[in-house]
Formats: sequence, structure tokens, C-alpha cells
Amino acid sequence: MTAPAVQLETSWARQVGGVLRLELKKTFLSKRGWWIYCLALGPVLLTLIHFLFESSRRNGRHSIGEDSLVFAALFMFYYLRAGIFFGCMGIFSNLFRGEMLEKTLHYYFLTPMRREMLVAGKYLSGLIVAVTLFVGSTGISFFLLGRHFGPAWSDYVWHGPGLHQLGAYMLVAALACIGYGAVFLLSGLFFKNPMIPAAVVWVWENLEPFLPTVLKKISVIFYLKNLCPVEVPIPPPFNVIVIEADPTPFWIAVPGLLMVAAVLLVYSAISARHTEISYSD
Amino acid sequence: MSDADIVFNNVSRFYGDVLGINKVSLAIPPGITSLVGPNGSGKTTLMNLMCGLIRPTQGDITVCGIPPDHPEKLGRILGYCAQFDAFPKGLTGYQFVYSFLRMYGWSNAECEQRTQASLQMVGLQDAANRPVAAYSKGMRQRIKLAQATAHDPQVVILDEPLNGLDPLARSEAIALFKQWGDKGRHVIVSSHILHEVDRISDQVILLSQGYVVAEGQIHSVRSEVKEQPMQIEVRCDRPSMLAARLFQQDHVVEAKLSPDGKGLLLRTKDADGFYLLLNKVILDSGLEVESVAPADDDVNSVYQYLIGAEGATV
Repeated sequence: MTAPAVQLETSWARQVGGVLRLELKKTFLSKRGWWIYCLALGPVLLTLIHFLFESSRRNGRHSIGEDSLVFAALFMFYYLRAGIFFGCMGIFSNLFRGEMLEKTLHYYFLTPMRREMLVAGKYLSGLIVAVTLFVGSTGISFFLLGRHFGPAWSDYVWHGPGLHQLGAYMLVAALACIGYGAVFLLSGLFFKNPMIPAAVVWVWENLEPFLPTVLKKISVIFYLKNLCPVEVPIPPPFNVIVIEADPTPFWIAVPGLLMVAAVLLVYSAISARHTEISYSD
Repeated sequence: MSDADIVFNNVSRFYGDVLGINKVSLAIPPGITSLVGPNGSGKTTLMNLMCGLIRPTQGDITVCGIPPDHPEKLGRILGYCAQFDAFPKGLTGYQFVYSFLRMYGWSNAECEQRTQASLQMVGLQDAANRPVAAYSKGMRQRIKLAQATAHDPQVVILDEPLNGLDPLARSEAIALFKQWGDKGRHVIVSSHILHEVDRISDQVILLSQGYVVAEGQIHSVRSEVKEQPMQIEVRCDRPSMLAARLFQQDHVVEAKLSPDGKGLLLRTKDADGFYLLLNKVILDSGLEVESVAPADDDVNSVYQYLIGAEGATV
């Protein structure tokens, strides 16, 4: 590699680093993001209460298997369908839309950065926040949920299927942040009110069990659900209207999701290149 | 017209059906250029177009040879101090300037040095570690100036930069603009404060309802406004005699003696003719002239003649 090319790469890396640094300073642990921290900390609090309650009980405890099923349900119905979804909406759709509302986007647009680099820097900063909050929350909740079993739980985690399950949940949470992050970054660039596309995507994602097989495949949750280590049975009467589909193998689901996120990011970068500042709108 | 100029070639910009600017062709040379016009005349649109924050509906723009849709090149040579009193949340003055300098790809040491220098330039080094949100209006205006110029740009665009500044800070800012202009930079200033614009501008661009009404050096612009007779003030020992001689000329529309009896304010359609006549009167009658000065070739007068009183603050 020639010297100017190395210098250019260093410069780009520094520019993206500059965006990352500023965004993290502004957004991480900021007051206006309180509800996102609540979304992430809610299950931690819940599992902590569960741990304290179960630790004080002398008898009538659940089995580890039952608790792992409870966690699978918590992960499927809270983390994936609500917590990570809305958390990513709050973090990523504000990366550009929030700056537009606060009339500060021009500071970024006036720097000598390719807009693609700006999109990359902002997305990475959002991803760091989202992954820290939700993957961290998933890990802590998982540990807290079975902690009251004592040595049996440690044995389940370190010598049984626990560690694999935890890894799978954390991977799915991270993939959800990557996928939903890309969706909401794009919606923040395109829509003045990102709540409308978010509502549409949310309804679509939650209708996924009842969608025909072909339509299931254009939902993020279909791929994520198949990566979860414990299957959650659908309770009656919904089980009769659920349409079963063949699960997507790991080697398709993960690269597929990453590729979809990459396509959305490229499209966001192209859009950002043509975005105009119009604070009066 | 050269690569050193900011060039607008038949540029129009519409916001839906609303006109921003229409068919603007300009070549702005280095030095201080003031954009003057009432609210909604297109000043901010013109500035935003130069900065690449918006795109023209038609026409081409180049800023020192760089099209504004190349932010990676334009950002290196251009600094813009926008009119919006808005800042990224939670940053101190130092962090505000430093953070955006990091996006230029410079090292930490260089960014620190530039931040210090720009804070010193606007006199905010003592308040550098206070949150921008706690700054007064004048301090916020100054920190914006520091941020816009910390990378030492060749083109500085300032939208209402004197707003909120106290008289001392205002005169310091004006001195700074002059210094930049003298160094051969482009300094584009929009302001409602016409007498201050008049003090600093090398050239003006007058805008009204999206059109460029006049552009150039203020004296040239004034001399082009033929329908308004030129006002000239003469301080001399015998103004009545001079007035009597002047009234014999067709081009003199009006002559008023000043209350102290030592001056004469006249309005003439032919300034060159008047100056020739004045020389003749001096030679013929030994008139002692203390001063001769145009009384209305300032931005304010030109603005009044071409645009009217709407929107001007003198």
C-alpha cells in the first residue's frame, strides 16, 4: 500500500473515530435516553426480584428446565418483540432525525467527511450503545434467573447447555440490534416521524407467526427466532392459527441478516449523500 | 471569474412552490462580501447553497473551484457559522470545538492546538470548560465563530454573526472579519445591521424576493442607481454662494444649507458634473472647502433606494 493510501485510510479511521467519540459522549447515559435504559434494565430488575423471591423460598421451587423456558419466553416476547425493537428505534432513528430536530446536523455535514463515513460512525456508535445495553441485559438476566439454584445452576451453565444457550441469546440480541439498527437508521433518514414506519414494522414483526411461509421470510424475527436455543410453545388458542415453516439454518440466517443490514446501511449512506438540511420543515 | 471565486451560474432554488432564489449568477471575489436583504429575500438560501447544505434546483455552483456536493473537499476550505442558536447537547465549549475538529482526521495534538487557538481568538479560553448550554447569547455566538473557523478555512460564511454580541464583542468580531478579509479569504456576511455591514464590506450583494437586485462595490452600486439623485455634503466657508452657483445647473435637484451655516447638502443627477463645477467655483471665487463627501453611497441608502425600508435595521 502506498503512503498516501495509508494516510487516507488513517484519516478515514480518525474521522469515523471522531464521530464515534462525539456520539458516545452525547448519547451514552444521557438523560433523554432514560426510557431506553428502562427498557434494557426492566428484565434485569424482574429477574433480580425473581432471584430474591426464589432464594427466600424453602420449597416449591421450579426446575432449571422450567426457568430456562421462562427465559426463552422472556427473550422471545420481551427482548426481541419489544425491548430491543423499541430501544433500537429510540437509538437509531434519532441519529439523524434527532440532529435535524435539534438543528445540529449542519455541524456534521460541514465537516470534510464523506457522508458514508458519517453514516458508518453514527451507526457504530448506536450499535455500541444498543449492544452494550441489550446484550448486557440479556446476559445479566440469564444469570440472575437461575442463580437461586446455587451450585446446580453453575453446573448447568459451565458443564451443561447453559453457556451455549447464553451465547446463542447474546448473539441473537446482537443480531437484532444490528438488523433493527439498520432499519431504524434508514427510517430516521427518510421519515420526519419515525414512529409511523416503526409501528408498521412492529405490527409486521408481531404478525410473523401467523403469516404464510413466504411472507415470514421477509421478517427479521423469523430468522432470529430460529437461532434461539429454546423453542417457546405457542399457547392455545393461538397455536391452531400459527403457520409452521421450516427453520432457516444458522449458516443462512446469520450471514443473511448481516447482508440485509449491510444493504440497508449502503442505502442509508447513499440517501445521506443527498440529504439536505431543512430545519424549518 | 476564476477558481479563486465563489461562482453561481444561473442558480435557482425552489422549496416546493416557494421561491428561494431565482436565476442568480454571481462571481464573488475574495474579501468581505455582505449579503443584504429583508427577511425571506434569499440570503440564507444563498449561504446554504454555497455550503452544500441544500442543492440548487437548477444551475451550478463552485466554491474556489469545488462543487458543494463534495463535502469531503469543501469542508476543508469552508467554515459556516449558521444563524441557529443550537448546539449538540451536553458539551463544553472546548469539547464542542474539539469534537468536530476530530472529524477532519487530524491527530489529537493538532486538534487540541487548533481548539486552544480558536478559543483564544474569540476570547473564550476561560470559559472553555463550561457547558455551552450555560453560556450567554454572546458567548454562544462566539463559540460558533470559533467552531466555524478552527480549521482555518479559506471561505468563511457567517449568517447574522453580530446578533447577540455586545458593542465591544461586536467591534472585536468586525476587526476579526477585516483581518480575514485582508488575508485574502472570502468572508461572506449576512446582517441586518446595515451601518456595520457598511463599515466592513468590500462588496455587497443586495437581495430582494429571491433575486439579486445589485452586486459589487457599494460606490459602484450607488452610482448605478441613476433614478435617485446623489447626495453630497460640502463643508465650506460660503455655502450660500455655492448654492446660488449650483442652482444654475440643471442636474442639481436640491441644495440645503446646514443649520450651522458652514455646510451644504445637495442632491444632483450628475455627480461628475458637480465635482467639475466645484473645482471651477474654487478657482474663480477662492471658496475654502473643508470637506466634500458623498452622503448616500452607503449600504443603508442603497438598500433604501433599491429595496425599501422593510427589514432594515440601521
